[in-house]
Amino acid sequence: MEEAMTALLHVDNITKRFGGFVALDGIELEVQPGERLGLIGPNGSGKSTLVNCICGTLQNESGHVLFDGHAMDGLAAHQRTHRGIARSFQLPRPFHSMNLADNLRIPLLYTVHARMGPLRSHGALDDRCHELLEMVGLLAKAKQMPRDLTQVEMRKLELARAVAAEPKLLIADESMAGLSNSEIEDILALLVRLNERGITIILIEHIMSAVMSFSQRLAVLVSGKKIADGKPQDVVRNPEVVRAYLGQ
Amino acid sequence: MNTAKFSLVALAVGAVVMTVAHWMHVDYLYFASYTILQFVVLATAWNILGGYCGYVNFGSAAFFAMGAYASVFMHKTYPLPVPILILIGGVVSGIVGFGMGYLTLRLRGSFFAIATLALSVVLQTLVVNWEYVGGSRGAYVIRPETIEFAGITINYIEYLFGLMLLLAVIALVTARTIERSQLGFGFASIRDDELAAEAAGVPTLRLKLIATTLSGAFMGMAGAPFPFYIGYLQPSSAFGLEYAVNSIAMPMIGGTTSWVGPLVGALLLGSAQQYAIVTISSAVNLLIVGLMLVAFVIIAPNGLVGLVQGWRRSWRKP
Repeated sequence: MEEAMTALLHVDNITKRFGGFVALDGIELEVQPGERLGLIGPNGSGKSTLVNCICGTLQNESGHVLFDGHAMDGLAAHQRTHRGIARSFQLPRPFHSMNLADNLRIPLLYTVHARMGPLRSHGALDDRCHELLEMVGLLAKAKQMPRDLTQVEMRKLELARAVAAEPKLLIADESMAGLSNSEIEDILALLVRLNERGITIILIEHIMSAVMSFSQRLAVLVSGKKIADGKPQDVVRNPEVVRAYLGQ
Repeated sequence: MNTAKFSLVALAVGAVVMTVAHWMHVDYLYFASYTILQFVVLATAWNILGGYCGYVNFGSAAFFAMGAYASVFMHKTYPLPVPILILIGGVVSGIVGFGMGYLTLRLRGSFFAIATLALSVVLQTLVVNWEYVGGSRGAYVIRPETIEFAGITINYIEYLFGLMLLLAVIALVTARTIERSQLGFGFASIRDDELAAEAAGVPTLRLKLIATTLSGAFMGMAGAPFPFYIGYLQPSSAFGLEYAVNSIAMPMIGGTTSWVGPLVGALLLGSAQQYAIVTISSAVNLLIVGLMLVAFVIIAPNGLVGLVQGWRRSWRKP
């Protein structure tokens, strides 16, 4: 049945080099609409490079990224955001001179408006900012600055800003690194809620318990190559994956 | 306060300044105030790119000089009234700003600053070797004594002062409007984190080009009446270090995040310089800039506006 659906994201044979170093080597990846995909791999395996190629922060040398039936080749990052790809960054990158509500105003002004056309009223904009902050549990801090936030709140702001762009696909790049167990639960619950609203999610994570409970499918990158892709339970038993993670 | 109201208030303040100056009837006052107002425009223009977007431009003098030399060129080719020359200067420097932006905005931080400095040197070299506008010898622009304006005869210096005052009002209204608009939010997101801005859907390159063009255009407009003001324009005065340094120092001292900063900085620093020129020596004014800049970096790194905001915050939260 899965074959009958058209993929939301199709990464077609992507290669990315940095000088002589091959960071991504012929990556193939498909993500179906509404899917929750986990993407894992040891440090330096090319996960973030892949995200950057999908989002347009980096341009791949060969291969194509197809999103929602359209080729993304040559499109800048902001154009891809307008088409419906949003991401959160591994290290939170808030707009530090703006309060939390204004942080969310940027994607609303520049992506949602660009997509929907006419300017919404200021009231509607404020309401939407507050709605998003409420969703991540930061409404009480709407007027505070990012520097006043804790680590987990920062991650939530990062996700809220990505979601503010009303994406079809959300790529969460290590949203949980360095958080406590209860905080991880918190973020996971948030991601599941977003997925239930119809947002397709790619989760990049090192914390295996989180990835296993979240993902419907798991893909594994090692040294720029995809070595496994399938049901999470099967993938973690795959001898090649075990070898890559534990050594031999 | 909305933009229309603010524009009216700004115009009213301008009119009051004009009336008071006319009433006092001291030619020197016009000379000194013209320079200060010219720095209000330059500082505000610099701040559109430097303060709002976070791109430090060391080449302000080049944009100012392009405006001034556009006037010299037109004066020799086809003399036009100064207000039209101001528009021409704005267009010329706006185009130079766009070009500079296109060539250098992939550079960040100090690399961008160095590139703008290089642009300034290149343009100065071009002008020095361009005989038509006077080359290295400079060019004379004979300023008329008076100008007829709707049947009234006005002293030409007063006329230039009035034009610069109007230009300062327009520059401040523009800066304030930008600050509160979608464009202003976009600029601020670029200043804070360009990568995150792009990921949020901000077309960063296009916005930076808008900023360099606008910033350059206002600097050119500030420079256009300058040959008439000074009477004799040479490359070393048009491309003078004081324009580049003051354009940076004034917003820094006033505060870069709001339109008030460059205004306050320019009034304060400009007046101090004019005072020093008369009372001490004309060479001491850059020293004043240097000392004040060092003092402010230590005492108030966010400028006077930042200092006042800090006090306000601490009063509210005792």
